[in-house]
Amino acid sequence: MAPKTLPAAPQSPVEGASARLPRLVDPSAVRALVRRGFNEILRVPGASLPGVISPAIFLVGLVLVFGSATDLPGYGTDSFLAFVLPVALLQSAGFTGGATGVNLGRDIEQGWLDRLLLSPTSRTTILAGLVLSAAARVLIPVPPLLVIAIALGAPMPSLAGFLLILTIVPLFCAVAATWASVLALKFRSQQASPLIQASILSSILFSVSYAPMELLQPWMRAIAEHNPVTYVIEGLRQCFVGEITWVATWHAFAALGGLGVVFATLALLSLRRYEG
Amino acid sequence: MSAPSIALALRALRLTFRRPQFLIPLFLMPSIFLAVNVGGLTATTRLPGFPETTSFLAFQLPAAMVQSLMLSGLQAGIAVSLEIESGFFDRIVTAPVARLAIVVGRLMAAAVLGAVQVAFFLLVGVLFGADMAGGPAGFVIVLVLGALAGVAFAAIGLAIAFRARQASIVQGLFPFVFAVLYLSSAFFPEELLQPPADTIAAINPLSYIAGGLRAPIAFGLQAAPILEGLLVTAGVIVVASLLAVAGLRWRLADGS
Repeated sequence: MAPKTLPAAPQSPVEGASARLPRLVDPSAVRALVRRGFNEILRVPGASLPGVISPAIFLVGLVLVFGSATDLPGYGTDSFLAFVLPVALLQSAGFTGGATGVNLGRDIEQGWLDRLLLSPTSRTTILAGLVLSAAARVLIPVPPLLVIAIALGAPMPSLAGFLLILTIVPLFCAVAATWASVLALKFRSQQASPLIQASILSSILFSVSYAPMELLQPWMRAIAEHNPVTYVIEGLRQCFVGEITWVATWHAFAALGGLGVVFATLALLSLRRYEG
Repeated sequence: MSAPSIALALRALRLTFRRPQFLIPLFLMPSIFLAVNVGGLTATTRLPGFPETTSFLAFQLPAAMVQSLMLSGLQAGIAVSLEIESGFFDRIVTAPVARLAIVVGRLMAAAVLGAVQVAFFLLVGVLFGADMAGGPAGFVIVLVLGALAGVAFAAIGLAIAFRARQASIVQGLFPFVFAVLYLSSAFFPEELLQPPADTIAAINPLSYIAGGLRAPIAFGLQAAPILEGLLVTAGVIVVASLLAVAGLRWRLADGS
């Protein structure tokens, strides 16, 4: 009878520790979480409809109602559609990011997050999976929204414009998903949904969403000047109004980077508190 | 007004005020849109053709009111759908209660909630500097019209809920509330709307309801828009209530 072999003991305490501790970000686990996010869309296709329908109705409705606003000086374009299209794109990203938080609330209610936290997966991996899943999913509603807008007369963006759209929108979605995760971990329920959506929508609308800075009321201008999303909207707006500039572009990415770092830190702290 | 109707109305109101997640769409969301519209688009009052008004905030208040009232009507429909799904509706039907009381109770609750909603937005308006052009009489007219509009939208919500088999179907109508709103003159003067919204707004009942609420707040006690608002609201109540009762009968006969 062959002697039974025992698993090899760690060579050193350091090696043993690395074997027990999960990696900071495990790409295979992130991929699995992203795939799970896509499964929700594939198995319930209707769930992706609000991400297209609501911003499309919002966009067309705003243009039909407030379209004559561009007769005022300061808009830099005579097309209100071109002016508010970035807002609709960010709204779509916000809805998709917010849905990540609502789904996380459901996962908490059903105990799925608890099971995930018991697995040898780092907290950063879990957060990265949630956020990247949202960032990838937002690429589903963006093309139909752009097609609708261009069909209605919005200017066709340049190649650089398209690249900016396909970078800024998913990044904003990731930021929104991170914020939504913070709220979901705080309230631990899907019932946080109205608060998640209202806070994301407010961050988009209390900015230069409907009018240029110089036409805003003083109190609104004060908010818009301090709202980082203003820079994100202006970074996206240059794809449809005026020309793409380096300043507006890096301001947008700096705002997204800052928001991402702050919310990711909060989300990781919230995850730790959740475990506690 | 029977005792079961009043009991069902009180139950509906208790459920609404007990759950903050139900109140957020009714009060917070329209307040956000009101603030954003006023903060961003007040300069549009300089556009040629914009009517003389006490303030852009006063002009926008009715838009927030009808938005809130329409969402409230949708929520009444969702609440009834959930009661059908959960079996509560079946228990009410088997109880010794007139079936009409189910509809009347909901509509009574909608009237009270509607008055509360418009009073809330009037308070918001006053706090942020809007004048009530129609004075105390205008305040009463807005409260009455708001309560009636609440009944009208709730009746539409009930008519849909009795026909829909799932609450999610009623919930899915949420974006269409905004479509109807944008195709009316609730947010902006009809003359300044882009085609085809200007044409549709002229025949959209919501334009007249918003106009009836707007006159006492932003322009003064003008008889024509107020009477038009009252008449159109009454018409919607009659038609939607008949549809709701027909839907209830269909639901009872269908049994599924």
